Amino acid sequence: MISGEKIVQLVSGLLQQVYALLGLSAYAGILDRVVCAVVMFGFVAVFVMFLVWMERKVSAHMQSRIGPNRVGPLGLLQTLADAIKLTTKEDVHPVKRDKIPYFIAPILAFVATFMGMVVVPFDNKMVVADLNIGILYIIAITSFTVIAILSAGWSSNNKYSLLGGFRSAAQIVSYEVPLVLSLVPVIMITGKLNFSGIVQYQQQAGYWFVFPQFVAFVTFIASATAEANRAPFDIPEAESELTGGFHTEYSGVKFAMFFLGEYVAVVVSSAVAATVFLGGWLPPFPFLGFIPGFLWFMLKVLLVIYLIMAFRWTFPRLRVDQLMDFGWKVLIPITVLNILVTGFVVLLAGKGA
Amino acid sequence: MTDLLLSQIKPGGESPFGTDEYVVNMGPQHPATHGVLRLVVKLDGETVKETMPVLGYLHRSIEKICENRTYPQCITYTDRVDYVSAMSVNLAFALATERLMGLEAPPRAQWLRMIFVELQRLASHLLWMGAFAGDIGALTPFLYGLRERERILDLFEMTCGQRLTYNYIRIGGVMIDILPEFVPKCRAFLDYFEPKIPEYEELLTYNPIFLERTKGVGVITPEVGINCGVCGPSLRGSGISCDVRKQQPYLFYNQVKFNECLENDGDCWARYKVRMNEMRESVSIVRQCLDRLEPGPIETKLPPILKAPPASEIYSRIESSRGEMGIYLVGDGTPKPYKAKFRCASFSNTFVLDQLTRGWKVADIMAVLGSLDMIVPEVDR
Repeated sequence: MISGEKIVQLVSGLLQQVYALLGLSAYAGILDRVVCAVVMFGFVAVFVMFLVWMERKVSAHMQSRIGPNRVGPLGLLQTLADAIKLTTKEDVHPVKRDKIPYFIAPILAFVATFMGMVVVPFDNKMVVADLNIGILYIIAITSFTVIAILSAGWSSNNKYSLLGGFRSAAQIVSYEVPLVLSLVPVIMITGKLNFSGIVQYQQQAGYWFVFPQFVAFVTFIASATAEANRAPFDIPEAESELTGGFHTEYSGVKFAMFFLGEYVAVVVSSAVAATVFLGGWLPPFPFLGFIPGFLWFMLKVLLVIYLIMAFRWTFPRLRVDQLMDFGWKVLIPITVLNILVTGFVVLLAGKGA
Repeated sequence: MTDLLLSQIKPGGESPFGTDEYVVNMGPQHPATHGVLRLVVKLDGETVKETMPVLGYLHRSIEKICENRTYPQCITYTDRVDYVSAMSVNLAFALATERLMGLEAPPRAQWLRMIFVELQRLASHLLWMGAFAGDIGALTPFLYGLRERERILDLFEMTCGQRLTYNYIRIGGVMIDILPEFVPKCRAFLDYFEPKIPEYEELLTYNPIFLERTKGVGVITPEVGINCGVCGPSLRGSGISCDVRKQQPYLFYNQVKFNECLENDGDCWARYKVRMNEMRESVSIVRQCLDRLEPGPIETKLPPILKAPPASEIYSRIESSRGEMGIYLVGDGTPKPYKAKFRCASFSNTFVLDQLTRGWKVADIMAVLGSLDMIVPEVDR
């Protein structure tokens, strides 16, 4: 039977032999991490390409169109063609830009979201870095995008970009709060900040947290959508109002980085939702255990991503003040109430951490 | 003129935080201003302080050109006045000329005109629905709207060979009779289309975000509406009866049964609702017209050279897809109009924008603009 654990053992055994051949066994610990990171980077990059294709197919399906179907089978290579087009494009930039932040912003947007993926467990023991504060890490690292977007908006020296940047700052700061608060009940029940630990808890308990914590799941998805700047919360780049928002003045590779960054942010949010609320690598029923855990995990991630994509192609966009209202007056009270109720239940059940 | 406008906008520090006003040029190239409308928007943060439409980027001087063309030649230009609803402008000009010269089209031509103008209204409202939804961020209805519009354009193409600028309604009648298969195809389309309207309503009308974005936003009070010369569905959203088809029936509108759609709130949602209901009424009108269609001539016999009587003038109006479309013609006994003036609904509807958006957010400009259904070529002519 294939399982993530076995693959990891196999690969690490193989790597040990390679290190021994090259005489680098002393650095095995560091080299392992480097290899893991590179593999993760490659995997996420390819997965994001697939997602862009998927988004186009999903939107095409919802809009009674066909979608990409020319490049490769079912148009699967369309994203690759787009990527080549974007990377070979001339890099047009405004003359009066603020050079350093303008240059750093796309890199930051790209890297910060990518870094979130390293703590997400794909299967039991199949994780780049099994941090004991995984949740804290992922929340901290993904909020870096606000700095990227704000500096992109500021340095472009464009009025639309600036408006987009400020909208984004307000939005991400507001939605960070319900995002964290909707994860708190799970942490209270499990007493763990570690993703693998939370999945293991769900395995022992025999249920996924989406059932007892459905409210938290919904608020998490809503705030994660807002965090990733996706419709209906895509006001920082609201096309019909602000042209392109913060990335109006970006083209070529830099634009591609923002674009990829947005999709990676969606992947990270969905991965967290799948791990924390949908049982990560666990099969829905024990008899389905013959299917490897990482496939279950990917399936759940895709499910959440599909949900987020369906939002985008169904809903109109909220206005900036309505967005703030929704965050502060609806999501935060609900999540706080949810924490209170969960606290009572945990106390009464007597299994508080 | 632009420099004058911009010089009036000075950065001023009234706010205790010493903030400046932010002047943004929306357009002439902008993803949301349908075409080449330019808005100079004065902002305080996200709040709109003033919106100034700047026109003329699509001015083609059609009215002046018409003065140098014979009456039948002018019809071709009227297509370009409002290319989303070209049939209506064709009809407006043809009717004005006929009234000026005391002509009348035969009954079959009149019924055909009604069928095509109402189908055109459907096509125009469908496009508007998509664009309006797109303006407030829902991208999917646009594709749905265009999907149905394609089938209407197929019907037009089948009859007159054109899909956008038809030149179909001529002085004294119509260009060509419909094909025998037109009537069944048109009925099939109506049967297909009518159940689609509730589908769009399901997607938009009571969507909480859509309601949030449109309810209470951009309220045209009856006084403001009348003072600013707002007309058509935009004014009917404020509860004022202003349908020319009812008030001054032309063609055979007095022989068909239809309701004038009215809403009382005057906000973007009311205007949306009026147009959605109008689509239902148009379907019913086309059905009645198809029932009443009888064989007969499709144009009256015209003199070889059409001349208006000397010193004659006419103001003739119809209800186009966007509101009252008036044509003012002055004849001087020659084959060319001495003066032609088009009173276009979009032009008068554009200028309430400033009053409606003051104190609202940037995003509301798009919602209000979308709900007014303005078409730039009609504004600039």
